Amino acid sequence: MSLLEVSDLDVRFALRQGEVRALRNVSFSLDRGERLGIVGESGAGKSVAAFTLLNLIARPGFIAGGSIRFDGQELTGLSDRTLRKVRGNRISMIFQDPMMTLNPVLSIGEQMIECLRAHRRISRREARTIALHKLRQVQIPSPETRLDQYPHELSGGMRQRIIIAIALLLDPDIIIADEPTTALDVTIQAEIMALLLELCEKHNVGLILITHDLGVVSQVTQRMLVMYAGRVIEQGPTREIINDPQHPYTQGLMNALPQMATPGERLNQIPGSMPSLSNLPIGCAFHPRCGFANDANGQPRRACREVVPEFVNSGNCRVACHMVAAMLEEEQRLAKEQTS
Amino acid sequence: MTHVANVPASAVTATTSGGQATSPSALLEIHELTKRFSLSGDFLEQLRFKGGRLVRHQEHVHAINGVSLDIRRGEALCVVGESGCGKSTVARIVMGLLSPSSGEIRYDGQRIDHLSARQLLPYRKRMQMIFQNPYASLNPRMTIQQTLEEPLRLHHPDWSRERVRDKVVEVMTSVGIDPDWGKRFGHEFSGGQRQRIAIARALAVDPEFIVADEPISALDVSIQAQVLNLLMDAQQRHDLTYLFITHDLAVVEHFGTRVAVMYLGTVCEVAPTATLFASPRHPYTQALMSAIPRLEDDRPQHIRLSGEVPTPVNLPSGCVFHARCPHANERCRREVPSLIAREDGTKVACHGVEEGRL
Repeated sequence: MSLLEVSDLDVRFALRQGEVRALRNVSFSLDRGERLGIVGESGAGKSVAAFTLLNLIARPGFIAGGSIRFDGQELTGLSDRTLRKVRGNRISMIFQDPMMTLNPVLSIGEQMIECLRAHRRISRREARTIALHKLRQVQIPSPETRLDQYPHELSGGMRQRIIIAIALLLDPDIIIADEPTTALDVTIQAEIMALLLELCEKHNVGLILITHDLGVVSQVTQRMLVMYAGRVIEQGPTREIINDPQHPYTQGLMNALPQMATPGERLNQIPGSMPSLSNLPIGCAFHPRCGFANDANGQPRRACREVVPEFVNSGNCRVACHMVAAMLEEEQRLAKEQTS
Repeated sequence: MTHVANVPASAVTATTSGGQATSPSALLEIHELTKRFSLSGDFLEQLRFKGGRLVRHQEHVHAINGVSLDIRRGEALCVVGESGCGKSTVARIVMGLLSPSSGEIRYDGQRIDHLSARQLLPYRKRMQMIFQNPYASLNPRMTIQQTLEEPLRLHHPDWSRERVRDKVVEVMTSVGIDPDWGKRFGHEFSGGQRQRIAIARALAVDPEFIVADEPISALDVSIQAQVLNLLMDAQQRHDLTYLFITHDLAVVEHFGTRVAVMYLGTVCEVAPTATLFASPRHPYTQALMSAIPRLEDDRPQHIRLSGEVPTPVNLPSGCVFHARCPHANERCRREVPSLIAREDGTKVACHGVEEGRL
């Protein structure tokens, strides 16, 4: 059994205008030491998915259904007290903006010691030693001085290193990183990503990496999910999805990258923009922007407009698309004819 | 759109420091530009006691230190660099939103950096700017119609109301915004649509030169492609010249005619895009290129730079990059390298490249 098993997660926000379904039928799993990427545009629900794992969604958001099983234990419906034994301890989180995550009025050491002593019965001195050790692990120069410094005295890259050190403090099984390098520069981003990857491998820590950057996902993760309008639309091994995306949205996303086009020529853009969650189209949420919502004869495919697509297995990947399903059926039919 | 490969090497002008070579095709010339921002507040705040005496103590952020660039008619010059390297400051000074501490800016042969707001007005019509954050650059209290009419009324006071309205409809259509939406406010649009409106506002007065400061950084991947296409279409249709500020090298490779790489307020390399991506010369450019996450390879194999960008308050001596450069030697620590033109049309500010050891 996997370390983390999420099935049919359904998250809603009760707003004045009515209920908005931020996540629908989101299912995935993560093995020990595995690195999973969650990709999507803003509003696709990738951050909500990550926050839900630790029950960090605040009202008016709530989990309307589904289950999150971590190491055999069901996390949904746990009291805050019980959940706190898992949160920060066995699953820790790295947020996007390091300045927002660190407390500006506490020194770095104070924050690290506080975190350690909240979860373990150890003395301040012991906690300080562990903190120092973790700062060395994230390759911070002169860690002793850093412990007594405040967040504003450090650069963005340094702060994110500290955040990583704090995330590793209690030797977690899983780290959830929500856009950990978006606020940083390219060269710093590369260093931080390399560091995170190295530490996860060395300590056999699972990583859930949330990002919109396909380049980062392809370099760091083994498996990935692509999300669109609150649903997972494609999942599978990262290399396979990057090299041969099946869902038209994933294809569109890849083709829209500037590196995919001839310099100086128009990019292959996806027309339109992602629908708002409160006003989703009927059928496949992507169909108004999809080039395959019409069949080869230009006739609109009825299924795309009326039925929400189910997952189909295509090789090692799972894809939620009527067009892919139809193609697979056709292939199977042909194969059957050939054998008979 | 003229592409990189078509630009003959001979067309590259050499504006080495000191010399004032002007090329006939240069639309905008930036010469030895510097900009310092004071950190010390007003006069009274600058006074300190030191050794029993009252001394005046001043500190500056050296945002730009002697930048020389020229932008040719019809090209898209991309300026890349990490945050704090001064790329946005260059853009703002070019547009007259900031005044330089020293140096010259010439637009179409005329010096514009010391002009008053009134004298600048005719230039403002010819050069327009697109900002990074479309959530902040549109006035929340104005409808889209008002936003787009404002520059037209200012620059064409003689135009009739109908003419202004027709022009607004024309620019809205050209950026793919339904003209019927004119009565809506900025907040009713998505980020991509807002950026389209910001582009429409820049295009309304038919400029010939557009400064775009990270115009797609705040947008989603699929929307980035749409806006980038729009900018390229506009360039073709209106014969625009771009100064394009970005940190995204993939965009540069696609969009730029030439690229200028900046580090800590100085230009370290200027080259035609294809040349730069095929063979980056400056060690910083090489590190920057290797840091882009690529889709193809499995493992990051980037050149790891030691340390972080030094603060622009206390600039390092010699080459600003020497502390992080794997190839730095004694001369690099002492002497500031100047931007030297090479045969292949590139300009590199590096002692190592100049001496031929890199």
